[in-house]
Amino acid sequence: MPKESPKVYPYIPNSVPAVKEEMLRAVGARHVAEFYEDVPEELRLEGLMDLPEPFVSEYELKRHLQGLLARNRTAGECVSFLGAGCYQHHVPAVCDEVNRRGEFLTAYAGEPYDDHGRFQALFEYASMMGELLDMDVVNVPTYDGFQAAATAIRMAARITGRGQVLICATIGPDKLSKIRDYCQPGPDIELVGYDPRTGQMDLAALQAAISTETAAVYFENPSYLGFVQTQGNEISAMAHDHGAICVVSVNPISLGVLAPPAHYGGDIACGDIQPLGIHMQFGGGHGGFIATRDEPRYVLEYPSRLFGIAPTRVPGEYGFGDVAYERTSFAVREQGKEWVGTAAALWGITAGVYLALMGPQGMFEIGEAVMARARYAAMQIDKVEGVKAPAFSAPHFHEFVVDLNATNKTVTEINEALLARGIFGGKDLSHEFPELGQSALYCVTEVHTQGDLDRLVTALQEVVS
Amino acid sequence: MRDIRRERHTGGKPNLRRFHQARWDEPIIFELSRQGQRGILVPEVEKGILDTVGDVPAKIPDNMRRERPPALPEISQPQVLRHYVRLSQENLGTDLNIDVGQGTCTMKYSPKINDQLAALPKMTDLHPLQDEETVQGILEILYRFEQILKEISGLDRFSLQPAAGSAAIYTNAAIIRAFHASRGELAQRDEVITTIFSHPSNAACARTAGFKVITLYPDERGYPDLEALKAAVSERTAGLMITNPEDTGIYNPKIAEFVQVVHEAGGLCAYDQANANGILGITRAREAGFDLCHFNLHKTFSTPHGCGGPGAGAVGVTRELACFLPVPTVEHDGKRYYLDWDRPDSIGKMGPFYGNASVVLKAYAWAMSLGAEGLRQVAEIAVLNNNYLLNLVQQIPGASAPYAKGKRRIEQVRYSWQALAEETGVHSEEIGLRAADFGVHYWTSHHPFVVPEPCTLEPTESYTKEELDEYAAILAHVAEEARTNPDLVRAAPHNSTIHSVDHDPLDDPSQWAVTWRAYLRKMGKSAHERIEE
Repeated sequence: MPKESPKVYPYIPNSVPAVKEEMLRAVGARHVAEFYEDVPEELRLEGLMDLPEPFVSEYELKRHLQGLLARNRTAGECVSFLGAGCYQHHVPAVCDEVNRRGEFLTAYAGEPYDDHGRFQALFEYASMMGELLDMDVVNVPTYDGFQAAATAIRMAARITGRGQVLICATIGPDKLSKIRDYCQPGPDIELVGYDPRTGQMDLAALQAAISTETAAVYFENPSYLGFVQTQGNEISAMAHDHGAICVVSVNPISLGVLAPPAHYGGDIACGDIQPLGIHMQFGGGHGGFIATRDEPRYVLEYPSRLFGIAPTRVPGEYGFGDVAYERTSFAVREQGKEWVGTAAALWGITAGVYLALMGPQGMFEIGEAVMARARYAAMQIDKVEGVKAPAFSAPHFHEFVVDLNATNKTVTEINEALLARGIFGGKDLSHEFPELGQSALYCVTEVHTQGDLDRLVTALQEVVS
Repeated sequence: MRDIRRERHTGGKPNLRRFHQARWDEPIIFELSRQGQRGILVPEVEKGILDTVGDVPAKIPDNMRRERPPALPEISQPQVLRHYVRLSQENLGTDLNIDVGQGTCTMKYSPKINDQLAALPKMTDLHPLQDEETVQGILEILYRFEQILKEISGLDRFSLQPAAGSAAIYTNAAIIRAFHASRGELAQRDEVITTIFSHPSNAACARTAGFKVITLYPDERGYPDLEALKAAVSERTAGLMITNPEDTGIYNPKIAEFVQVVHEAGGLCAYDQANANGILGITRAREAGFDLCHFNLHKTFSTPHGCGGPGAGAVGVTRELACFLPVPTVEHDGKRYYLDWDRPDSIGKMGPFYGNASVVLKAYAWAMSLGAEGLRQVAEIAVLNNNYLLNLVQQIPGASAPYAKGKRRIEQVRYSWQALAEETGVHSEEIGLRAADFGVHYWTSHHPFVVPEPCTLEPTESYTKEELDEYAAILAHVAEEARTNPDLVRAAPHNSTIHSVDHDPLDDPSQWAVTWRAYLRKMGKSAHERIEE
C-alpha cells in the first residue's frame, strides 16, 4: 500500500488523521490495509491511479467546470428548431424549485413512512398522468420513452402470448433500434409502410400484415415526423379484430388538444415526460410512462413499481405502498417481469408539478399555442423558393418535415449557414429517412415568438437563394 | 437556569434524538383544486400569427381532438409550491439523515457545487442534436470522464448511455449476447451464471435478454463457491454476471479463478461494480480479468439519487468488445470532440441520445475534486467506517454478522437479527420502522432473505464517527425495546409522517388504486363529479 495521504477532504470527515487513528484502534487494526486481507496481492493496484490532478478547492473546481461549459452555445443563446424527441419548452420556476429540494433530490429508497412525501408525490404524478391519458394505471417512471415503448411491446407480447409486432414505419430509427434490441427474445418486429403524401399508416398494408399471430400494433401520435396519426380508430379496430393490443406512444404535452389513445382504442399508452417541465440537458432529462386500464392481466405485466393508496391504522391518514409487488424483480429476481431499478423518479415528481401548475386550461392553451406557431412557421417557410413545408398533408402538432430537395442544397449546408446566423435548423432526416431526400424536421414551441419565426424564414430565404 | 446541555447527555453520551418527522397531513393534490385557478400562464399567441393561421386545432379531425379537457386539478402557484414543499419535508434524504441504512446503495454526500454546476443554463439548455461545434464543452466532459473510468477500471472503452445501474447491467447482457451471436454460438450459449448475493438485476436483466439464469449460493463461510461455479459452467455458458464485493460486503478472494473458469468454458465475465466504493484505487476489473463492468454514478460517484433516478450507468469493456458498445461513442481527434455513429457491430441504442449528461457532469466534477489520492481516501475511509460500525453492531445483543467469521468486511455488511427475532418475536422490518422514529432510514435487504432477518448497512465515507455511534445507539436502543416493550416496536413508526399501512388492498385487484381516479371509482364515486364535489 502506498504511503497514506495527510490531506483532509471536506467530503470525508474521518480523513482527519487523529479520528482515523482512533477508529482504527477501536476495531483493533493498525492500518486500513488490514481490511483488504481478502484482496489477493496480485490483484492490488501498485501506487496511485494515473488520474488528472484534482481541483481540491471548490472554487478551482467551479472555474474548471465553468471553463469547459463556456465552450457550449446553448439553445437559449440562439434560436433552436430542434426537437425529434427532446423538446425546448419553458420550464416553470416551481418545477426547478421542487426538484432541487435536497429532501427530494437526495432521497432514494425510503419506506412509505420516512419517505411518505416521495410516495405521495409519485402517486399524484401517476394520478395526473392518468387524467391526461384517461387511464387508471400509470407506472412510476421508467428510464425514457424508448424503454416505455419497448416494455409496452413486451407486455403486449406476454399478455397475448403472440410473436409478432407491427410498427408504423414513421417511427424514429433510434427508438426502433432500442425496440429491436429489447425484443430479442421477444416478438418479431415488422414495419408497416406509410402514405408518402399524407404520412398516414398504410391501412391496406396493415390489413395484409396483421393476423392472429399479431401481439400488438404500435404507432405514435404525433408521429416522429410531426403529423397527427388521424386513423387511430381504424388502426385500433383492426388490431382488436385480430385479438391484438393497440400500443400508442404519445407526446403528453399534446393531450390538452389531441385525444388520448384511450379515446380511439389504444390499450397501452406510453411516451416520454421530458416536455413536462424538465430541461433538455443534452438529452439527459427523460422519463418513460406506461399507462393501461385497471385490469389485472395488464397490471400484472408491468415491470415498474406502481404506488397505490391505502389506509393507515390512523383514520383519515393517507398511506401508500407498492401494488402487486410480487411481479417485480425486486421481489423474485429473474422470475419477475423484466426488471426494475433506479430510473427517473425525480422527473416524475417534476412532471407532476408541471401538470398541477398547468391544469386543464394550461394544457389546452399550450397545445393550441404550439400548433398555431408551428402552423405559422410551416406556412411562412413554405413561401420560400424551393422549400416545401410541411412535407406531409396531415394536420401537425409542433413538428413538421421541411422538404429542401428543390433548393439544390443539402440540409448540412443549410444548417451550417443558419448556425452562422445564430439559428439551429431542424434535424437532418437524410440519413434516417433517405426516401425523403434532403429534408429536415423542425420543431416549434411556445418559446418561439413570431419574431423568431420570421427571423428563421428570412434566414432560410438568404441561405437557399 | 438548568444545564440544558447536561440534560441532553446520559453517562457522558448524547441522548437519542427526540425526533419527529414533519406530518403535514397533506391532502391529495386534487383536493386542492378550485375551478378557475391557474398555476402558470402560457405565452399568448401573437395576433399576427392567429390572423394568418386561424383556429388550427379545429382542423384536427373530430375523433382525434380532445372533447373534454383533462380533469387535472386547478391550483394557484403558491398553493402548488406549498403542497410540494410540504411533501418534500415528509421525505428523509441523505441531506437530512444518517443514511447508512440503505446498504448496497452508497448513500454518500452529493456535493452541492456539482448540482449547481449541472443547473447552469450552459448545461440545461443544450439540445442533444445541436451541431457538434456548439457542444464541445459537454462532449469534452463526457470524453474526460470516460478516460477517468478507464483508469479506475483498467478497461478500454466506456459507454455512458445507460440511464442507471440496471440499464447498464442489461447493456452488459446485450453485449454478451451480441458477442456470442457474432461467433455463431448464441443458440448454444444460453446460460448466465450469477450469485445470490449479487444485485437481483443481474439475474433479471440476463433473463430479460433471453438467458437462462443459474444462481450460485455461497459456501458455508459465505464466500462465493468456486466448486459450485465449476459444476455450473459448460459449453452452454454465455457469461458470468456478478458483484464483488458481494452485497454481504465480502470480497471474493478467488475472483480471478472465477473469471478464469468461465473464460475456459468460453463465457464472458461482467463485473457489476455497484459496490465499488470500497475498492477505488485498490483493485480493478482489469487485473481480475473481467471483460465488462459497470459503475453506478449515483452510487460510487456521488450523484444524488433523486428519489430513484435520474442516475447513470457507465458500461466498460475490453478492446475486444468495444465494437459492440451502444452508439454513439464520444471521440476526440486531437482538436475536436465528436460523436461516432459509424459502428456497424454496435448493439444499437439503449436509450435516447447519449445518456444522462448532467449526471455525468456531476460525477466528473466529483472525481475531479478528489483525484487519485482522494479516491483512495474515499475507499479506505468507507471501509474503515464500515468495520467501525460492524464492531459496534456486533456488540448489540441479538445482532450478528453471518459468514466470514473473524474477517474484515469491505464497504458494507449484511447483518442478521435472527437471534433477536427468536428471543422477542420482533422482526427486522419492525426494527427498521422503529428506527425511523429516531430520524434514520433503515432497509432490510433484497429478497430472498438468505440471511434471516437481514439488514444491510453501508456507511460510505461521508459520515462522522459520532454519526456512526448514533446510528448504532439507535439500533441498540430499539433492540432493547424489542425485549422490554415489543408492542411499542411492532406498532412503529410513531414519529414518522404516517403510521403503519394496511397492505392488503395493495395486492387485491378489486381494491388497489394506482391513481386517484381509480381510488374514487373503487370508492363508488362517479368519475365526472370528482372535481366539482
